[in-house]
Amino acid sequence: MPIHDRPFSRRDALKCMAFGGAGTLFTLSGGILTPVDLATAASRPVTGTPLLLQVSDTHIGYNKEANPDVAGTLKLTIEHVNALPRAPALVLHTGDITHLSRAAEFDLAAELLKGLKAGELHTTPGEHDVADATVSEYFSRFGAASGGRGYYSFDHQGVHFVALINVLNFQPGGLGALGPAQLEWLANDLKGLSSSTPIVLFAHMPLWTIYAPWGWGTADAEPALANLRRFGSVTVLNGHIHQIIQKTEGNITFHTARSTAFPQPAPGEGPAPGPLTVPAEQLLKTLGITHATLAHRRLALADSTLG
Amino acid sequence: MFPMLSRRARAVAVATLLALSGSVHAAPAAPPVIEIKTFMFMSAALTVAPGTSVTWKNLDPEPHTVVSVDGTFRSGALDQGDTFSYTFTTPGTYKYVCSIHPQMVATIIVRTPGA
Repeated sequence: MPIHDRPFSRRDALKCMAFGGAGTLFTLSGGILTPVDLATAASRPVTGTPLLLQVSDTHIGYNKEANPDVAGTLKLTIEHVNALPRAPALVLHTGDITHLSRAAEFDLAAELLKGLKAGELHTTPGEHDVADATVSEYFSRFGAASGGRGYYSFDHQGVHFVALINVLNFQPGGLGALGPAQLEWLANDLKGLSSSTPIVLFAHMPLWTIYAPWGWGTADAEPALANLRRFGSVTVLNGHIHQIIQKTEGNITFHTARSTAFPQPAPGEGPAPGPLTVPAEQLLKTLGITHATLAHRRLALADSTLG
Repeated sequence: MFPMLSRRARAVAVATLLALSGSVHAAPAAPPVIEIKTFMFMSAALTVAPGTSVTWKNLDPEPHTVVSVDGTFRSGALDQGDTFSYTFTTPGTYKYVCSIHPQMVATIIVRTPGA
């Protein structure tokens, strides 16, 4: 469906929306948005370099009604990823790797994630990962990148990646928090960068307030985001809510990912944000990953489900 | 009290009464257990004497933790059925939260009886 040789019309928009199934990839090339169905991506070369995979909320150790086999759905996820036409260079895990912060859960998660045919793994913890009595299981495994503080940055293919941690200092009312030391570090970390550097920020709790009664937000996100507004392309990747909610604010795209373990209710649709049990045949449609490609210093995000 | 008795007899009677009532209050109460249910600590504020061991028991299918705001105590992740106990020795007010669901807040007040 080559539509980039004429103006994009309403009919074209409707055709784009009719693409469904496992996922739709939109790539931006020369300023034109082109939809590519993930299922046919192998036969249609995708412009843009595969950059990263976002995996989130694997909850290894969970074994109750909403999904008695979270290791099984993580294995399916890995098979799904390994079947993508081009392997992503990086894997970002946006937290809740485990369910109970237990050593055996971290060990199993690490073992399974090794099966990913992708490049390096970078992580940020969820509140389920820092629930052990000494708050050491996550950091003893993944703390080196941040010197045990939880926040760090690195560069890849000209993109500047920043991992933030917002599950250690919760605010009354339950919103996540970054804290003054991290905010100061972030300002300094970004200071020397040119505004044309694409930025990817990843953290477990949403960095904008999606639903305050359930703590879906970060109390002190605003000073963090203030540092990002001058950049031409900022992508914020979060987890925690086990569903996709997105918004764009200027040059900042916010995106939360599905879980690979179980879904949660939409904001306010139920008494609490706990695991949501769906009919067995629908479970895989509620689980998935996010894939991003890089073209012309912009990221294009593509969500896909396991079933 | 006891107007008919001599002053000494009255003193002995009052002292005996106080000693007896003191011994009734000194009978040890069962160590308190706070259930964690439906994303709530089922005691908003519990007062205990120094030396009391408080036990929390999670009845929810979701894990919870018991973490004091001032850093005094911290359970690990409590799965359904798991318990955590802490013996309070120092008088004071101990606010605590669940670190996984921090809207869950409650308090333990440690106070010497009669103080």
